[in-house]
This record gives sequence, C-alpha cells and structure tokens, in this order.
Amino acid sequence: MIEKLPLATRSTLLMASTLVFGLVAYLMVLQKNTIESYFVTPVVMLFALHLFFATSWKVTRVAQIVVFVLVLVLGIPLIGFANSLYLQVVVTICIFAAMALGLNVVVGFAGLLDLGYAAFFAVGAYLWAIFGGSQANNFISGNLFPLNGNLVFLFIPIALFVAAVVGALLGLPVLKVKGDYLAIITLGLGEVIRVLANNLNKPINITNGSQGVRIAPNPENSPLAFITVPLSQATNIPFFQMQLTMYYVLILLVVIAVILFTTRLDNSRIGRAWVAMREDEVAAQAMGIPLVRTKLIAFATGASFAGAMGVLYAAVIGFISPNDFNFERSTQILAMVVLGGLGSIPGVIVGAAIVISLNQLVLVEISRVLQLINLPPRFDPTQYQQLIYGLILIAMMILRPKGLVPAVRQPAKLENLEHGELAKGVK
Amino acid sequence: MKKRYLGLAVLAALAMGAEAQNKGVIKIASQTPLSGGQSKLGVAISNGVRLAVDDEGKLITSLGFRLEYAPFDDQAKAEQGVANANRMINDGDILGVVGHLNSGVAIPSSEVYARVSLPAVSPANTNPLVTDRKSTVNVMSRICGRDDVQGPAGADYVIDTLKAKKIYVINDKTAYGEGLAAAFAARAKAKGASTTEIGIEASERDFATILNRAVAEKPDVVYYAGIYDQAGPLLKQMRARSINVPFVGGDGLDGSDLQALGGSMKNVFFTTTAVPLSSLPAARGFAQRYNSKFNVAAEGYAAYGYDAARVIIRAIAAAAKGNKNNKPSRESVAAEVRKVKFQGITGAISFNNRGDLPVAKYVIVAAQDNYDDNKVSKIVSVAAPTPDLK
Amino acid sequence: MSAELFFGLLAPTIVDGLSIGLMYAVIALGYTMVYGVLEFINFAHSEIFMVGAVIGVELLTAVLIPTGLHPVFQLIIAIVVAAGAAGILAVAVERFAYRPLRVRNAPKLVPLISAIGMSLLLIDVMRLILNPANPNRPFPSGGSFDFFTQTINLGFVSINYKTMTVFVVVMLMLAGLVYLVNYTNLGRGIRAVAQDQSTSSLMGINVSNIIVITFFIGGALGGVAGVLYALKYGVASPVMGFIPGLKAFTAAVLGGIGSIPGAVVGGIILGLLETFAGTYLPLMTNDQIGTEYKDIVAFGLLIVILIFKPAGLLGKAVAEKV
Repeated sequence: MIEKLPLATRSTLLMASTLVFGLVAYLMVLQKNTIESYFVTPVVMLFALHLFFATSWKVTRVAQIVVFVLVLVLGIPLIGFANSLYLQVVVTICIFAAMALGLNVVVGFAGLLDLGYAAFFAVGAYLWAIFGGSQANNFISGNLFPLNGNLVFLFIPIALFVAAVVGALLGLPVLKVKGDYLAIITLGLGEVIRVLANNLNKPINITNGSQGVRIAPNPENSPLAFITVPLSQATNIPFFQMQLTMYYVLILLVVIAVILFTTRLDNSRIGRAWVAMREDEVAAQAMGIPLVRTKLIAFATGASFAGAMGVLYAAVIGFISPNDFNFERSTQILAMVVLGGLGSIPGVIVGAAIVISLNQLVLVEISRVLQLINLPPRFDPTQYQQLIYGLILIAMMILRPKGLVPAVRQPAKLENLEHGELAKGVK
Repeated sequence: MKKRYLGLAVLAALAMGAEAQNKGVIKIASQTPLSGGQSKLGVAISNGVRLAVDDEGKLITSLGFRLEYAPFDDQAKAEQGVANANRMINDGDILGVVGHLNSGVAIPSSEVYARVSLPAVSPANTNPLVTDRKSTVNVMSRICGRDDVQGPAGADYVIDTLKAKKIYVINDKTAYGEGLAAAFAARAKAKGASTTEIGIEASERDFATILNRAVAEKPDVVYYAGIYDQAGPLLKQMRARSINVPFVGGDGLDGSDLQALGGSMKNVFFTTTAVPLSSLPAARGFAQRYNSKFNVAAEGYAAYGYDAARVIIRAIAAAAKGNKNNKPSRESVAAEVRKVKFQGITGAISFNNRGDLPVAKYVIVAAQDNYDDNKVSKIVSVAAPTPDLK
Repeated sequence: MSAELFFGLLAPTIVDGLSIGLMYAVIALGYTMVYGVLEFINFAHSEIFMVGAVIGVELLTAVLIPTGLHPVFQLIIAIVVAAGAAGILAVAVERFAYRPLRVRNAPKLVPLISAIGMSLLLIDVMRLILNPANPNRPFPSGGSFDFFTQTINLGFVSINYKTMTVFVVVMLMLAGLVYLVNYTNLGRGIRAVAQDQSTSSLMGINVSNIIVITFFIGGALGGVAGVLYALKYGVASPVMGFIPGLKAFTAAVLGGIGSIPGAVVGGIILGLLETFAGTYLPLMTNDQIGTEYKDIVAFGLLIVILIFKPAGLLGKAVAEKV
C-alpha cells in the first residue's frame, strides 16, 4: 500500500509520522510513572522503528535525514533524559550492533563460521577494566591505577589492535580447517579465553578470576569528565544521565564509523575476495586469492571490532566477570547476524536491535501483560522469557530463513567495468 | 478486529485501575535469574519474596496502599540486570529491591539503584565487594554473611573442632565459591593447617581427577565452597571411593538436594546463618506455607528471599509512618532499612552502617540423612570486618 | 611430586578417563549419526539427551521401582522407553525447526540458530513441567539400586558396575549401528542419502523418510545416553545437557564427525586426555595450574589433531569437487 503512494507523499507521511510518534512517545515518557503503563514501550519502539522505514522504503534523501535527526539526535536523547531505561537499551544495542557487524565480516562476508567470538569481546573488556580500574595495581607496582578516564579513547585503538593480533594468532593455526570443524575449534578457543579469564588470578592476579573486575564509578575521573561534569552542573541533569548520553553519542559515532568501514570493505577488493572465497574456495584460489591471508584478514578485522566494543562495554557497565563471555554470548551475537541476514549490514543492525530489545524490553513487557492474568506462581511468565525467546528465534528463522533484511549483492555492471572500477583491482 | 480493541480496552482499564487505589501503589521488586541455568536458585528467592508479600504485606496495605510484587529476570547477565535496574529506577512505585543471586549482576545493577537511592537487600551475595563500595554504601545491604566472615568461621570449626591438619579446599570457580574458599584457606593457613586449593567448574559432575589424588594424599577434611547441585555428586563420588573424612561446606550446601544427590550424610557439615527450619517454630510455619503455595520444599535461598523482602516491607512501612502515612521517598526507605531489626528465619537481622549483619551468628549444621532432621552442631559469632570502602 | 604418587595415580586415571570417555562417546554417536547424513550439527541434541535422562529417571522413580523387578531389568526398560521418547522428540524437532528450512534451501547457519532456539525452548519447557523451583531429579539409589554401586576388584584397580554398564551399552550401540549402517537395506539407504540426496531420490529412495529415521536413531541414542549419564552421575535436570553435549560434540569432531567408530574413538581420547590433564597438571605445577585447565588442554589437542588431520582421526577427507 505504502509503495503505491507517490514518492513525495510517502516521504512527507513518513516524516509526519516520525514527528507524531516522537511527540507522543516523549510526552508519555515525560509523565512520571508512565513506565507503569503498558503502552509506553510499544510507542517508543514504534518511534524507533521509523529509522528502519526510512532506510528500507524508497523515500527522498531529505526525508531520510529528517527521520534520522528526529530519532537519533533529538528523540532518543530526550526520551533518554526522561527515562534512562530506553537510553540504556539503545546504548547496549549500539555496542552489540557494532560487534555483530564485526562478526558479520567473518561469518557473513568471508563465510568462516566462528562460534567463539565472545573471546575477542573479552580481550577488549578486560583490557580497559584492568587498567581503567584499580585491578592493575595487583601486578604493576606504584599505585598508578585507575588510569585517567579519558585514556579510554587511547584504549579503543589499543584494544582494536590487540584483539586483531589475538585473532590473527588464534586464527593462524586453525584457518586451514574448514566449515563445521572451524566452528568447533573457534568454540574451543572461545572457551579457552573464558577459562583463562576465570583462572588468571594465580600465580599473579591479572584478571581477578571469577570475582570479576570493577571500574569504580567516579565522576571526576570518568571519560570526558571535563565536559560532562560542568554540563550536568549547569543543566541540573544528574551526572549519570549525562554520562550515559555522552556514551550514547560516542558509541553512535563508533557505530557509524563501523558501518562506513564495513560498507567500504564489502565493496573493496578484499571484500570481493572474501565473497569469492565464501562461494568457492578452490575457484578463488585458482583466481589468485591467497586463502590463508584473506581468511586471516577477515578474522582479525572481525576480532578488532569486538575488542573495541569490549572497551566501551566495560566502560558503560563498569563491572565484568568471566561469565559475561561464555558460549551463550557468542551464540547471542551470532543470532543477531543470522537473524538480520548474513552479510547484510542493515540486516545485522536490525538483528542486534531485535535480540537486545527483545530481551530487555519486549519480553519484560510481555511478562508484565501476562501477569495481569493471575497465573499460579509456578507459571509466573517472568520465568519463561527464554522460552519465548527460543520460540521467536525458531519462528523468525522459519519465516525469514534468509534473514529479516537479506543481503543483496549488486551484480557488477559492465559500465563500471569500463570505467575501470574493477580494472583497477586487476591492474 | 473488535476483539482486539476489546483486549486493549481491558488492558487500559487495568492499567488505570492500578492508579485508582486510594493512596496509590507501592511495589517491591526482585531481580534474580528466573530462566536459564541458574534459575532454580533465583526462583527460590523470588518465591520467598512472593510469600513475604502475602504474609507481611498488610504492614503496608493497612496504611492504605496497594502492595504489588514485581519480579525481574536478570538471566544471570550483567547487561540484562543493568537494563532492568534502569527500568526500576524509572518506576516511582518501586521502593525496594530484593536481589541478586550473582555478584556479577549485583555490582553493576546496584550502581544504578544508587543513582536514585533505591534500596536493595541482597539475599545471597556473599562477595565482600557487594557492600564495600563507596558508591552504593547507602543503598546496598545484605542479610547473608560475607565470605570473609563465613570462610573463617568454617576454618575455625574445621581446625579447632575437627582437628584437621591437611585440608582439601575445593571451590566451584564461581564468584561465590572462589571467594569463600579463598577466605577459608587464608584463615586455615594462618592457623597452621596445610591446604590444597582446587578449583573445578560449577558445571562439572565428574570429580575423578580430584578424588583419585585425594585417595593417595589422604586429607583430613574436604572443604567445598559451592552449591549443593555440585556438592551432592561430589560427596557421593567421594564416599564411593571410600574417602570417609568429614565433608564441610558453606551455606550453599543448605538444601535437600544435598541429601537427594549426595547419599549418606555421615560426617557432613556446613556453616550457615540460618538454623535448620525444623528447629524454629516460626520457621516451620514458613516452610509449610511455602510448600503449600509453591508445591515444593522451602530450602536454600527461599528463606533468605523471604527475610530480605521482610526487611524491605518493614522499612517501607516505617518510612511511610514517618511520612504521615503517605508514600515515602526512596531515601527514607533506604535509611529505614538500616534501622530494621527483627528475628528472621535466617537469623537475627540488623545492619551496620554499610549494610552488613554487624555480628554474624553462624551455626555449624550437622547434616542428617533427612533434610528436615538437620542438627545444629555448634554456634559461633563473628563480627563483620569493615575494610576500607572501594 | 613423588614417583610413588605419579604411578599410584596412573591406573585409576586410566580407568576413570575411559569411563568418562565412554560417556562422551555414547552422546557423540547421536551427533555423528545426524551429521553423517545431513552434514548438519544438531545443536539441540544435548537437550534431547536431557529429555531422555529426565524421562528415564521419572519412569524409574514413579513406575518401575514399585514393580520390584531386578534393577538391571528396570534399567533396560527405562533405557528403551527413554530412547523411544527421545527419538520421537528428535523427529518432532526436525519436523518443526529444521525441515521447513531444509525445504527452502536456507543457508547452513540458519538451522543452527533455530537449533539454539529449540535448546532454549526445550530447557524451559522441561523446567515448567518439573517445577522451576526444584527441577533436579535424582537417579534412584539405595535399596535394590545399590546393585550398581558394587565394584569389581581387578587387584590394581577397581571398576564399578555403573562404568561396566556404560561400557556394555556403548559397545552394543556401536556394534548395532555399524551393522545397521553397513549391512542392512535401511543402512544402504542412509548411506546413499548421505552421499547424494537428489540421486538417491531418483533411485527410488524416500529421502524424507530416511532423514526422519536418521533423526529418530540419533534422538534415541541421545535418550540412551541420557539415562546412562543419570545413572553414572546420579541426577537428571533441565540444564544437564549443555556441558556433556559440548564435550561430546568435540569428541565427535575429534574422531571425525560423521564416522561412527570415530565418535567412540574421539570420546575415549577426549576422556582420557581430560582426566590425565586434570590429574597431573596440578601435581606437576605444584597446584599453580589447576584441574580447571583441563579443557584448555583438551581443546589444544583438538586443534593440533585437526591441523594434521583436518577431517578428524577417522573421518574421510573428501576431495572437493571442482
């Protein structure tokens, strides 16, 4: 129905609808205690859904920009100021979306099944938690830690690099192995990192073992404190709210960078090599693609994203323990990729948004609604969130086996060839 | 189509109905893992809270409020706990939280509660860091002992009463088990015993690697820091290898599954703040009501969940009375939590200024083949240490 | 570490390693059976295993013990019923979660995700049935069931009846499967479908039926494994499946996934290796590197083996069609 409308009408309608939903959502959230109402979360989610409409429907560029500004720049921070739940969920979605984009490089682009992706997430998270908190004092003398909070910006590239190196080192011996064998090996490597994190508290206490590592909250020493502290004093908005908003902006920028980067990758020479390799290794090799190197680059690229997001996760949550990086975590991220559409960048973001908002918003709301029926305590719906999650996973896979937003690979056009895009690559 | 609108209308009516009560609603939340692998313990806590709301809710409802219980599932994941915590702080009706099971969830979630002074009472987190934090010192309390209290209490018993010289200290590599085992081993070593510290993942059910060695090395006592799910099979495999030395553990062993999975309870002891339910008349009533409501025996963390919720209910009632019977602020509830004092099912409950039991009275329970016959073997009182806040 | 301790631990370590390994082997057979035909990792197998265990234990406690039969007969009945039920469950899982995907030629990863969804679903449904506050079901013990705790003393080491039972069942299953796959019409059909689905359907083989039967056999194997696991470790519970499932899956890959003898060999090697690492690592490093590193050693070996034999120990390296 929407498709039949003229472009201009459609675009205007979309903008108007975004505005209306945004206003309604904001007004609902502003009312104190409205989280009590069963309608707030659906309205807020519908409002955020306009982002998806703006990218998947054919609308004018102006309309797209307007919707993005309305939702990402105005809507979410304002709603977040009124109710931190929604901002917290969005921040988590962004962290996992960036990570899922990294896994998408490995699994979606290069076709290497990785079941131990959480390991690289752990590398980044531990890096910042150990040095950004006081844990490092246990093995480096001089009481130098916690480091200055602003160093988180240095640690993002460090984690990027370290995780890439770890990914390459782990990948080197195993990348000759194919398909399901690679899956089990990566699964094993993921377990190895978790077991290490859980046990490296002796002989030297590096990770604090199962007790986990904490970054004590300290407004004066938080990232960008020189902006957030005076701003929160000036505006009378609580500091933590301000800090969360700051993280939102920061992580959103990272996500945008990751999107741009993976899009470029997808269309680059290495991206095409990955696809060639994914479709047929032997043929790709015959065409002169060095398999091991190409696979290693995929592995290291994917790992580096997870490392960087690990740093931000540790900074936002403030406490990590080995349980955060178990097999369940790896499958959670993999579910985002597959659910959204293997190899599809918008799909993977949608997948992350669905998995996180399902767990943190939708399932909670469903069980609240179900609580209206007075079920006996044994059937308390809160206890069955994972059951419902499992059902939804199965249903979505059966209904949309290619993912919600399947990847479309633009066939190379002759004109492009003539204008030398591919020719450059061949040389 | 019509039916759908009708459904929505009913929902809306119900949502508004909640507001229609004279003085409004007060909610008690809980946050524990209710689904997934650790849900068994989390559900026990949640059931305990539910029963407490039934039993003592009148303290609040008699003031003209409607009392509701809001259970949350943290799935044992930190980010899920933080999201739920953000939901709670934005629901002005929630005045107190019972939680959590995992300190990995408790620590980041309570940082969120602290932003609005929402008090939380932990039924199960023994990690010292849970109450030792500067940022949450006003909101986080617990009614269970600390690792650095329970561990030494166990070590004193093992060395002074059981006269052990050579001790195997096994932990389940969780925050609870490892913390308790470390505190136990530190005291045992200070008292001159030799310890062999062994970690084994909580999901492991085969202990051949440890036990073959134990057969050869012949320890005087096996101390196990972990939960009865694993302790039962461990004990059974120990006894099957004729290792008949005393088996001692912490409050994680308090559950009838220890008996069901572990076989004979000869020479099995554990430390806990909760005396066996059968020996307290009040507790017996609790156990019966719990059993008839949930169709399962009250054990393990159920009583702790129950008592933690009672702390919150009493604090809310006191704070409301202090506010001319109007809805109290969260700050005042948090302050009242620290003034609560009563004899709970899990022991005498009161708090020091950081939210710990000031003097933890640990009972050493001699487990019997029938869970309900568990006997108190010894009682020790240990003052809670107050290390610097972090 | 003294030499006395070292050699003293050798015999029991071997026996326990074998006994754990056999347990892995029996679960791994279920993975390998399905993989051999469909080249698909049935991630929900660990939950089918769990359901088999719970059904077996409940049946024993509620129905069979009151009959007063000899415990061995009780166990046999429990195993058969659990195997049947688990087989049916596996077929149902295939019907609802995998077949719709296979029919539509979905990418290989998609059934993996629906399998993970199925795992979550089965665990929570089981919790709902068993009562979430107390989902553990102990395997019967005491009374006539003390039969299984008896041991045979071989002088240098003693083996209990539980281990013997597992050993006997694994050998029977192995023999049965090898016979079924290699010497029966059904087995010929299974092998044909494993090799080429479309050609075998042209040859008059009902591919769908073969797949259903394969899933039934795989599920039934899981059910048997579940009851044996509950017998060995004394408990069945909704969350028991994950770790043994993971280990068994590793064992199946180690032996060469798809190969029936490979699953048994892989299981035994994994069990032995784990037990040796778990016993000797702490002793050799003075408890600095503890038992908990045994999984790292196990996975390390897996990687080494796969580097040199990319299709596992007994798996056939298939030349790629170009």
